[in-house]
Amino acid sequence: MSVARFWRKQQNRYNLIGTHCTTCGKYFYPPRAFCPDCRRDGKIVDHQFKGTGKVVTYSIIRSSSGDFKLLTPYVLAIIELDEGSRLTTHLICDIDKVKIGMPVKRVFRKLGEEGSSGAIHYGTKFVPA
Amino acid sequence: MVGIISYGAYIPRYRIKVEEIARVWGANGTEISRGLGVYEKALPDMDEDTITISVEAARAAMARRKIDPVEIGAIYVGSESHPYAVKPSAVTVGEAIGATPVMTAADYEFACKAGTAAIQTSMGLVKSDMVTYSVAIGADVAQGEPGDALEYTAAAGGAAMIIGNKDPIAEINHTCSFTTDTPDFWRRENKPYPRHGGRFTGEPAYFKHVIGASKMMLEKMGTKPSDYNYAVFHQPNGKFPVQAASMLGFTKDQLKAGLAVTYLGNTYSGASMVGLSAVLDVAKPGERIFMTSYGSGSGSDSFDLTVTDVIDSDVFDRNAAPTVSALLADKKLVDYAVYAKHKGKVVMME
Ligand SMILES: [Zn+2]
Repeated sequence: MSVARFWRKQQNRYNLIGTHCTTCGKYFYPPRAFCPDCRRDGKIVDHQFKGTGKVVTYSIIRSSSGDFKLLTPYVLAIIELDEGSRLTTHLICDIDKVKIGMPVKRVFRKLGEEGSSGAIHYGTKFVPA
Repeated sequence: MVGIISYGAYIPRYRIKVEEIARVWGANGTEISRGLGVYEKALPDMDEDTITISVEAARAAMARRKIDPVEIGAIYVGSESHPYAVKPSAVTVGEAIGATPVMTAADYEFACKAGTAAIQTSMGLVKSDMVTYSVAIGADVAQGEPGDALEYTAAAGGAAMIIGNKDPIAEINHTCSFTTDTPDFWRRENKPYPRHGGRFTGEPAYFKHVIGASKMMLEKMGTKPSDYNYAVFHQPNGKFPVQAASMLGFTKDQLKAGLAVTYLGNTYSGASMVGLSAVLDVAKPGERIFMTSYGSGSGSDSFDLTVTDVIDSDVFDRNAAPTVSALLADKKLVDYAVYAKHKGKVVMME
């Protein structure tokens, strides 16, 4: 990903800034500029998620490449945030401890880097709460 | 009065035993552990560095007290392991706690005392009414060359102190420093590991400066060691702070709460500030804290603090973030091979 493309999404990644439709009450992360249910009637505002949620499902990655090669084995999980939006994320957890329904919370971690001389990207991952 | 508004510490979960490092080098681990007064040290996860540690410590401080991030006017991160040679760690912290863009920021470096230097700068800005709050952070993923004596203690961790004028949990009564040009420890540009003057690091370096600054403080305040409930000294190992304390007349009881090094290792810029955090975890209103940091090169910053009623009041929630002892208890021990991978000593093709 280019430095500029990453930078534009920085606030979303650092602080879990998504959106909220005040018309129907739905929350979106990653952020949506348009509510799929309310369509033109939807009023969309920014929302900072609390950063707590639970594991909906997960997969254990044992073989990977690039930035993730050194992280294996790791848990890739779908997390449902308490406000009600789902996201796919790296869950930092012993692979024999992960469970569906497990409560989790956000942490600030390195997401990757563009080689040893390139930019370092930071953002949100999750750990058991 | 200027003081600490809130504080937070962060220690990565991974630990390696000093004995395990000694095993790899064919050294006597039991003897080394006992000699250093250090049994385990913390190491970062694969995706942790000084910036992520600083953010977690700053967020822990923000969790303990309702602070409008917009009122944070300055952030300083002290470290000798900033991920970038050029690009401040402090701006990422600012962005991650919502303090940007109306703030000033910079990274500090003064070996192990860059964090306390950041506290002093913050005090100046607050006392002169230039900012409402300033965040001072000391954090490191400390480097020690494989096989070198430093490898047994060089650890990862850090702490953040939010400095302000209004209702601090601990007032900073005074600070003073003792600084000289002393070549006891250094790292040159583009070199991955520091070098040190071996035995030279003790007497003319650590002790001269720690004792120098501490004596200046006691003289200036007209106090004696027994006037304090707690004493925190820079803790590169478990022995130096105990020796410095006894040279000055402090007791082991005064040191106990703030001596985190035994199962943490030396977190360099984080060391004395994690020690201070551990004291703030247990301190009661009215209690007095003495702290002296040390950074090679060399200098010591001394602080005299008094804990206020605010620490037990409704505006402050100590339990909203983990204590240093809770962070130390939540651990996962690894062997040297995993440690080498975590420390980037396993080199992959790009
Ligand atoms: Zn809607």
